[in-house]
Amino acid sequence: MSFDVPEDKRYLESHEWTSTDDETVRVGITDFAQDELGDVVFVELPSVGDTVTAGETFGVVESIKAVSDLYSPVTGEVVAVNEALFDEPELVNDDPFGDGWMLEVDADDPTGHDALLSPDAYAAQIE
Amino acid sequence: MSRMPPLHTVHDDRGAKFTDFGGWEMPVSFDSIREEHAAVREHAGIFDVSHMSEIDVSGPDAIELTQRLTTNDVTRLEPGNSQYACITTEEGIILDDTIVYRLADRDGEPLVRFVPNAGHDQQMYDRWVDHRDEWNLDATVENVTDEWAMFAVQGPEAEGLMTTAADPSAADLSWTEFESFEIAGVRCLVSRTGYTGEDGFEVLCPASDAEPVWSALDCQPCGLGARDTLRTEMGYLLSGQDFDPDEEPRTPLEANIEFTVALDTDFVGRDAIAAQKDAGIDERFTGLMLEERGVPRHGYEVTDTDGESIGHLTSGTMSPTLGEPIGLGYLDAGVEAGETVHVRVRGKPKEATVTTPPFITD
Repeated sequence: MSFDVPEDKRYLESHEWTSTDDETVRVGITDFAQDELGDVVFVELPSVGDTVTAGETFGVVESIKAVSDLYSPVTGEVVAVNEALFDEPELVNDDPFGDGWMLEVDADDPTGHDALLSPDAYAAQIE
Repeated sequence: MSRMPPLHTVHDDRGAKFTDFGGWEMPVSFDSIREEHAAVREHAGIFDVSHMSEIDVSGPDAIELTQRLTTNDVTRLEPGNSQYACITTEEGIILDDTIVYRLADRDGEPLVRFVPNAGHDQQMYDRWVDHRDEWNLDATVENVTDEWAMFAVQGPEAEGLMTTAADPSAADLSWTEFESFEIAGVRCLVSRTGYTGEDGFEVLCPASDAEPVWSALDCQPCGLGARDTLRTEMGYLLSGQDFDPDEEPRTPLEANIEFTVALDTDFVGRDAIAAQKDAGIDERFTGLMLEERGVPRHGYEVTDTDGESIGHLTSGTMSPTLGEPIGLGYLDAGVEAGETVHVRVRGKPKEATVTTPPFITD
């Protein structure tokens, strides 16, 4: 089975992805992660204005069978939360890199983003 | 080293994801838990439950030995019928729950087969042998777990599948009855039993002939994930989780399955259970529905609305049928259905309503 690993994103070993437009960093979980979890039924996320810290948990994603912590790839202030996931958590399964995004963070160190795993390195990890 | 069901390769080729359960590597899902769950509620699904144990007890004292080691009344079983029972310690604590089948006599002597849960086969074999020797009974005990594959075909369309694959008279089986039928040319034991709350059948067939039987019962393949959500919606107990002699020691009264206990028979644990029946129980197995977003899970504490602990959960999930979060666990016996309580989810209290299972009704 092969999983999407988009070229325009960076990755964490714990299966979160990030993408950046130089202003903010968007965060979600990967196609591999949503497939491992199975049917996502609940997502717990911080609120806008909260601070998240690189390498620390920022929330929880629950599928029917599992509870999994979410780890922040960056440090900074949360500027947007995908509230659609509260009513439609299955968006994480349906479109993990698109409509299933979770957070947007105003990162303290925008260059920190580049230190994450490349698509090739992440693809090798999940092989 | 994991034990493998006979059709492990067949399931792997079908794209199953696997999980360890009771020392067995079993399919947890084939497509998605949600799809498999819906198939069983609306049409039919087939589960490979070959991880279940099978112990045969035969000989002149086969009935007495099993009567004295299970909570129900084996003497009431005619050949061709089965019953749900517990296996308890002297203190009345449930070691396992099981189905006891009264098979046709073998060589003129009674034969019973009981089906403990995954990974309990050696322990139960030893228990039967040790007590047989201690009580000087004449019975042969055989652990035949690896000789049998077991499938469950469940759902409103299960009867149609079984009558087509086995015999039209399979439709005549009442709940808990079983009969021997040929499926795809293979001699099988077909019982009208299950763990989903739907009509259905469980099939024991020789492990070496499992594949044609599985193929003949052609419907949505389902894994242990859907098996768990289906049984949770019904409030059925999961051995090793909703009761466990070490982690969650419970009697049949606390587990709310008093109907498995025949106090007018003599069995290990009988006196302790009778004494508890007289004294009353402190906690009882029941259910709740979360009124806020979240998912109740095994181990979560339950409090009253003032924050005082009144019990804990042993199972929980998002009900695929209802789309609502449901939980099962042990609450103070005085707590009644309809009461508002709190479930502590990662330290935060969330409102829930005590609900007597099953969570779904016809």
